[in-house]
Parts: sequence; structure tokens; C-alpha cells
Amino acid sequence: MIPLIFDIKRYAINDGPGIRITIFMKGCPLSCKWCHNPESQSVAAQKLYTEKNCIGAQECITVCPENALELTPKGIVTDFNACTLCGKCADVCPTKAMEMSGTMYGVEELIEIIEKERIHIEHSGGGVTFSGGEPLMHSGFLLEMLQACGEKGLHRTVDTSGFADTKTLLEVAKYTELFLYDVKHMDSEVHKKWTGVSNRLILENLKMLAETNAEINIRIPLIKNVNADEKSVTEIAEFVAALSMKKPMVNILPYHNIAANKYSKLGSSYNEFNMAEPLEEEQNKALAIFEGLGIKAEIGG
Amino acid sequence: MTFADVQTIVPERPAGAEGNFYTTDKNKIGPGMNERVQRLRKLSVETQESLSIERGLITTRFYKENYGKYSEPVMRALNFLEICKQKTLYIGDDELIVAERGPFPKTVPTFPELTCHSVEDFQVLNTRDQQRYTIPQEDIDTYEREVIPYWEGRTMRERIFNHVPEEWKRAYEAGVFTEFMEQRAPGHTALDGAIYQKGMLDYKKEIKAHINRLDFLNDPEATEKLEQLKAMDISCDAVIIFAERHAALVEKMAATESNPKRQKELKRIAEVCRWVPANAPRNMWEAIQMYWFVHLGTITELNGWDAMNPGHFDQHLTPFYERELAEGTITRDAAKELISCFWIKVNNHPAPPKVGITARESGTFNDFTNINVGGIKPDGSDGVSEVSYMILEVIEELHVLQPGNSVHIAEVTPDKFVKAAGHLIRQGHGYPSVFNPDVYVQEMLNQGKSLQDAREGGCSGCIEVGAFGKEAYLLTGYLNVPKVLEITLNNGINPVTGKVAGIETGDPRTFTSYEELYEAFLKQLNYVVDQKVRVSNYIDQMFAKYAPAPFLSVVIEDCIERGKDYYNGGPRYNTNYIQCTGLGTTTDSLSVLKKHVFEDRTFSMETLLQAVSKNFEGEEVLRQRILNRTPFWGNDDEYADSIAIQVYDDLLAAIDGKPNTKGETFHLNMLSTTCHVYFGLVLGATPNGRLAKKSISDGTSPSHGSDIHGPTNVVRSLGKLDQTKSGGTLLNLRFVPSLLKRDKDIENLGHLIRSYFALGGHHIQFNIVDTATLLAAQACPEDYKDLLVRMAGYSDYFNDMNADLQQEVIDRTQNESL
Repeated sequence: MIPLIFDIKRYAINDGPGIRITIFMKGCPLSCKWCHNPESQSVAAQKLYTEKNCIGAQECITVCPENALELTPKGIVTDFNACTLCGKCADVCPTKAMEMSGTMYGVEELIEIIEKERIHIEHSGGGVTFSGGEPLMHSGFLLEMLQACGEKGLHRTVDTSGFADTKTLLEVAKYTELFLYDVKHMDSEVHKKWTGVSNRLILENLKMLAETNAEINIRIPLIKNVNADEKSVTEIAEFVAALSMKKPMVNILPYHNIAANKYSKLGSSYNEFNMAEPLEEEQNKALAIFEGLGIKAEIGG
Repeated sequence: MTFADVQTIVPERPAGAEGNFYTTDKNKIGPGMNERVQRLRKLSVETQESLSIERGLITTRFYKENYGKYSEPVMRALNFLEICKQKTLYIGDDELIVAERGPFPKTVPTFPELTCHSVEDFQVLNTRDQQRYTIPQEDIDTYEREVIPYWEGRTMRERIFNHVPEEWKRAYEAGVFTEFMEQRAPGHTALDGAIYQKGMLDYKKEIKAHINRLDFLNDPEATEKLEQLKAMDISCDAVIIFAERHAALVEKMAATESNPKRQKELKRIAEVCRWVPANAPRNMWEAIQMYWFVHLGTITELNGWDAMNPGHFDQHLTPFYERELAEGTITRDAAKELISCFWIKVNNHPAPPKVGITARESGTFNDFTNINVGGIKPDGSDGVSEVSYMILEVIEELHVLQPGNSVHIAEVTPDKFVKAAGHLIRQGHGYPSVFNPDVYVQEMLNQGKSLQDAREGGCSGCIEVGAFGKEAYLLTGYLNVPKVLEITLNNGINPVTGKVAGIETGDPRTFTSYEELYEAFLKQLNYVVDQKVRVSNYIDQMFAKYAPAPFLSVVIEDCIERGKDYYNGGPRYNTNYIQCTGLGTTTDSLSVLKKHVFEDRTFSMETLLQAVSKNFEGEEVLRQRILNRTPFWGNDDEYADSIAIQVYDDLLAAIDGKPNTKGETFHLNMLSTTCHVYFGLVLGATPNGRLAKKSISDGTSPSHGSDIHGPTNVVRSLGKLDQTKSGGTLLNLRFVPSLLKRDKDIENLGHLIRSYFALGGHHIQFNIVDTATLLAAQACPEDYKDLLVRMAGYSDYFNDMNADLQQEVIDRTQNESL
């Protein structure tokens, strides 16, 4: 199955070495409460609505074949029971207040888009990053893309939650130069509470992947009231230290509340769980814990 | 003497290292490497800009008594000599590099022979909020009594405006183009390394030899050349006298100086001023003072646009520095201190105040000295040296408005230098801008310069390049390309005033194809360019005849040999530029017309023109559809980019090759400085959804907010223009600080620059600042006095900008990276 792409980001400088182009695929088996790309969780196309940009042209209401739209004091409201996600409203919207998230691209089409960035990639030692969502959910397409990029001599990075079939992961590893691999919490129950899944498979996969000598950057979203406490960080650090990697590299990514308006775009609520940005001292403490175990770590991607 | 005894607050650091080099401790006097530099900087930054009528008085008295007695060049030289003999000297405490154009730092003389300020002009300058120049009432009275009556009807400005054709005036008043030379002399001059090899006495010998060689029987111009050479000879004496007056004053001061350390310095200053500019400099101190006397000479003789420029200053100073360092007569700190002192000197010299339309389009204290750092040597090898790194440090430490500066990154330039430049860019001071020698050398080769002369060239002023020390490249004025389209869409009428501004090219409602519309636009464009060229050539002749620049001619190569003035074909190369602005606005507007009116028929020409004429009032849906549903310039989009390429090629075709008065030709330049703001103010709404009075796009940059795919796409669009055919393009990218946090980010910035340059980019500049900061600065200006932002081609204090300019900075696209 061909996944939907919800964003293509150029001059991506936080997703691996050099200047990169990052392809974001829709669909994720996790549902992290802090997810910065909530529109990435569903594999299906979705409709986004930004009230701020709506100027009340109402052309969307006129054009909707299902009469699913209504103008309210809060802007245009969609009746998702009636909506078939045909996208006609987004097509006529003059301001793009109404947008469809999720576009299908063929492998060749995507390669053409990536190739346009070649000069910047070559000058910077950059490449392509596949992110999501969870790109491993679409292993067939992902493998095709990775192989095609390999033939073009492009450096390939896969940004994953690690929640995937082990065989698939190891197959993908054959065509991947660098993994960005998320580790969120060592306690399975806590992990499940925040992400919807147990961490067992994720941690097992990471151990296996480390044994293949794959290059892995371990990324830890550091979130106050979730995992920014000393105990949680120490447990992660000890786990990383025990991996059979030559030079583990850890990126600590302090949580920030930038995604709130994305949730409102989707018509969902956000942060009823008291998540908060870690204090600078908590960030530094986390850094010190990793460094104390001889692990190279830095704040930020 | 060496500087071992000069106390340094900041320890020496490895070249290219990162960080703030000064502490902003409140007890300190301010930024600077040591207390001397800190005090000099403080004085320079805190002194209010003011006007001095001294030069105006000397000139008026001299003209009253002598006009008609001498040939024009000799008259000009004698007037210059008179100023050098009489002007009030200034030697500040702490100074190592000496001399000022005015009687005090930040004091600007007037040039009544070019433009004579009226009493009203002075009162406006004295009281306005921004770019204020103070002047005492008693000076205004003296000026009214002694200066103004004499120059009435005699100034260059009046003589020019009295002779321009009606068609030109109509277009000028409509804001179709500007005219640089209506109140300032042509400048944009940068020097090569000649003045570090030859003193004024050497130049005098050359002049004498050429006088002796004049053939009065066979050369009908021999007499004219003799007058020109005599004038050059007098002007050499003038600057020598000027320096010796300083030496004498400093010797006197030394005699009574009680501090032995300062006394020693004063004696050294006197020794330097006795030696240069009469003789070639022997060490770094003399080299800097040599340049400074030449700089002051040229900006006192006339008020050329873009002041004066030492060109590749690091390359000129390096041999002196390296030799002295080896001999043990200088330390790195001492050398850096001299550079710091020089930097502050340039900052002491604000631009002469402008009037009329020129004041509207160029409202800034910046006088556009642009010091080139890095780049390539005349043999094509890497020009970066330790002095280059020192200059970057000085720029960062001092954080002053002037001089402007640029880093030059060729393929041979080491990454270490690119990184050091990136760290400086990250500071968000608004400079340096970044240039590509590999491309501008080709630009100059295309114009017929020799390879060596092209490599010795670089950028002066904003983004224009020339053969340093060998070329008069005159920027004649900006061309408002979107205005040309507006006039086309109104069949020759300026819709803002209802007056005729161009020619009749047909009612666009009757056009049946995009090609027909574009044809009409080209007719209008060619008409406008012809008007501009015609008057430019007239003005050039006026300057050649009535305002020759004999001193400038001494230091520009081939003027002596040819016996001709800088303005009259004396230099080896003589180029006229017309600077076209608004490629983005024009391209996007044409894209709307092509796609929506002629191809998709989303709306009719009538509907669009109606909406535009109403400034889109009640037409927000249409405007939003235009903004969100049209291919725009700067997104690596073939549809829009092919329109931009066509417009660029047709601007070239219209301008390139038109003859100038010196047997050479006009060329295209794509810069805007601040003129895109003025051009926007005189422009109604445009088809691309831009509202009336909003700025047009600057240089070759995309329109504000229309580049939605990030910086790599912007540079790829720009890379599609054959930039080697123009004399410069301008790309302004705004980066928020979050994109440049880590070392890795700085490296990627370097990669972005290098990839743009590989695509054939001429110039790129970055504004590192976030919107919140700018809004805060608008709300509370006093807390943001040091906020420098990069405008199109130069930097300015945000606080010194008018509300329009401030809004323009805020509106620019932010490359947010989350």
C-alpha cells in the first residue's frame, strides 16, 4: 500500500547530518500524548481547518456534495459523519484555511522531488530522512524508496519509534545509513499510559538493531511530569549504556508546547495531562546523567 | 614603538573562534577590545549627527572670488586645496588614526555647488524624528546670508532639472525611476592596492612626466589634458598639506602632553602624518592612515554616492602585518587595535543629508563604505589571511553602523573562514553580506575587463561589483519594474495620480493573449529605459564638465595616463548601471495575469483591474485566491521561474549595451538598497495581491511571504537566472536565530551559501532576528537602540528607520524551523 505523505520538508537540519529533505508519512501505531504531528497518527487522509485563516468566503459550504459543512460562530464546522473527505472544500478555499492532509506520491515522483535538493545535499553531506508517523508501518513503500535513494547515492535516515515487526526493521536496516530511534520511558506501564503501547518491542528491537552495528542516534523527548525526573532518565541511560554499540549518540529533545494549535486544527483537545517543558536545570541534569555513563549526548536534534 | 604596553581586556583567541569578544558588563564603557577603543566607540556612537557649514562657506567664498579665472578642473582642485588649508582640524583623545571630514566626529559638511540646502531643508533636518542632523540657527542664518544667494540657479541639481525633458520628469515624478546624481556626485568607488605602493609625491612625478609628454601640435585635447593634470597635481599637494597640518597640530599637542604614554603616541601620529600620504606607507599604521587621508580627500572634494571604499582591505594590510609581525614591531592586538580605530573613524562619517525624492528613497546615515573581507587574490588564489579574521573580530566587537562589510566566499575559500563568517552572521548585527567572487569575476569578464583586474575587483556599496581602483562604475538610479507593469495595465497612465507617465500601449482589456500583454509591457519598458539613459548621459556630461574630481582621478588607474577626469573616461573602465528593482513583484503579477486571466480564466482582466484599482477593497476572496493559488517566484517552480527569467533577460536586453558618454555602455544591475520601500509607496495595488503602498520585492528576492518552500527552493529559483550577465543581483533571506543555534547549524548555513554559489549566485544576505524582537523594538525603541537589521544591501539601525521600513522588515518571510 502506498502511504499518504503529509509533509515534505526542505532545509531540514535537525533530522540527520547536513541539509536534508524529510518525507513525513501518515500513520503511527503509537499515540503519544505530546505528539508534535497529530495529523500523522491516522493513516487516512484528514481535513485540517485553521479558523484564523478563514475569511468566511463560504465557498466550501456551497461546494460540499454531502452538505457536511456549517458556518458557526467558531468558523466552519465539519460533520465528520457526513464528510467523505473528498477534498472539494479544500480545493475551493481561497486562503487554505481548509486543507487536506495526506497526498499520495509514486516512488519516481518522490525521487524527482528529492533530486531537486541534490546540490544542497551534496554540498552539506546531507540526504533524505523518512519520518512520520511511523515509516516502518509502510515497509513495502519504504524499502522501495530506500533502495531507489541508495541507487542515487543518497544518504538515508529513518526516523522511527521502533514499534515495528523485528524482521521488517532488520530488513530496512540493510538500506539505511542512520536511524533516529526514539526511547521514551523504561517502564512499560508508564510507556503504555503515555503512548498507547508497551515499550517491550521497542526496546527489544533497539537491542537487535544495535547488534547489527547500525548507526543509531537515540532520541529522547524530555517531558516534565513524564520522563524528565532523575530516575526515568537514569534508567534510559543505563539501558543505552548496555547496548552493544560502539559510540552511542543521544539527542535530548526538550518538549515544547508548539503543537497545541495543530490539535485545534484537527478539532481535538490537547494536554489534559499536565505535560510541561523541562526546566533548563532538568535538561542539564539529564545531559550529565548520560555523560556520566560515557554516552555522547546533546540537547536538541 | 610597539603596543606591548596597551592593555588588553580580552585575551587573544584562535582565529575563527566563536563567541562574544567583549563583556557587556554595565561598569564597562561599552564594546571594544580595550578601553581606548571602547571610549572612541562610545563617542562615535553617542554623538548626534550634525551639519557643518564650514566647507560650504569656504567653497562659496572661493567661487565668488575666483569663478571664471581658471579652467573647471583647476578651479575644483584649488577649491579642494582651500578646504584642506582652512578646515578646522580635530584630534580626539585616544585616537591613533586621525582626521575628520567635519570639525568634529559625526559632523557632515555641505556641498552647495551640487545641491544647496534651503533654510527649510535645514529646519526639517534639524527637527525630524529620524535621520536627524542638528544645525545651530546661527549657522542657518549665515548660510542664508552668504551661501544660498550665490548658488541660486547655479547648483548642479538646478542645472540638471532645468534641462531634463518633460517625458523624463513625468516618469521621475511618478516614481518609475530615481536619479542618483541629481544631488550627489557619482561615486561607488573602491581602491586597489596602488596607494600602498605609491605616495602623493610619486603620483606628482607621474603627473609631471605626462605633462611633459603632452603633444600640443598633434593632440587636439592636449590643453584640456594639461588642465586636468595640473588639477590632479594641485590636489596631491592639497592632501599632503592637509596631513602636515595634522602633524603640526599633533606635535604641538605632544609638547604639552603630560601623560608620557600619550605623548609617545602623539609623536608617532605626527611621524605618520609627516610621512603619508606624501610617501608610500612603510608599516601597518601608516598604511591605514594613508588610506584614511585618501578616503577623506575624496569625500571632501565631492560627496560621491557610496563614500569611498578601501576594497580588499585585508589583502592590502596583510603584507605590512606579516612583515612587522616577523620583525617583532607589531603584535596581533596592536594591529587589531589600529583596525578598530579605523573602523570607528568610518563610523564617524554619516552620509550627507539628502533632499526631495532622493531623501525618500535613501533615508539613512549609512554612506555605504563596504569593506571586502576574504575572497581571492589577483592571481586567483585564496585571499584569506589572519588580518581577515581580525577584521571579523573587530566587526563583531564594535557592532557599529559603518563601515558596511562583506565576506567573499569563492570555491578556494577555506571552510574555516566560512564558519567564522557564519558565527558573525548569527550575531544578528545585519552584516556581513556574502559574495561569490567566482561569479562576479565572470560578470566583469563579460563586460570586457581583464582577468587580473576582475579578480582585484569586488563589491562596493550594496551589491554592485567593479574593478577596484580602475573603474568608474556609476549607478545612475533605480528602475521600478512593477510600476512599468502598472503603467502598462493603465495604457500609459499612472493610476495613482491619473497623469500620463509612459506611452500608450493599448487597453489591456482588449488583449487576447498573455504574449500581447507582455509585448505591451516590453514597449513600455524600453520607452522608460530610453528616457533614463538619455538623461543619465546628459548628467554625466554635466559632471565631467562642471564637477570634475581631480583628486579621485589621481588614485584611479589610467586617469593620469589618459589626462582625463574620473567622470570623463579617465579610468580604465567606465560603466553605467541602471538598477532594476522588484523582480519578484513583477514576476508574481505576470504569473497571476498569465495563469488566471489568460490560461485558466479564473477571472477576467476587467475583474482583476477593477479589484486592483480598488486596492482589493471588498475583494479579499479574490486576493486570497491569488495569494494562495498562483505559482510565485522563489519556490523552484518552473511556471513562475520561467517568467522571472524572461523578465530578467528582457531587462538585460533593454539596458545592456546602450552607449554612455565615455565610449562604453550601460549594464543591468539588480539591487534595491531601500528604494523598494519608496517604489512601493508610489505604487497602487498590484495583480499579485500586494496592497497599495506596500514595499515591492527587493533586488531579485522573492516577494514577501511568497517563498513557502524554504531557503533551498529560493536559492534554486535565483540560481536559474544567468547572473553573470548583470553587474549584481541581491538575495535577502531572513533567518530566525533558532535556525542558527548550534555549530552544526552554522555549518549548514555555509553549505546553503556554497550550494547557492555553485548554482551561480552573486550575493546572499541574512537577517537574523525574530518577529517578537522586532515588535518589541517597535513598542519600546529605547531598549533596542543597538538593533541592527540588514536591509537590501546594507545594514541600518531598526530605530532609525521610518515606520514603513520597519514594517517591511517585519513582513519578510521567516524561515521558521520547528
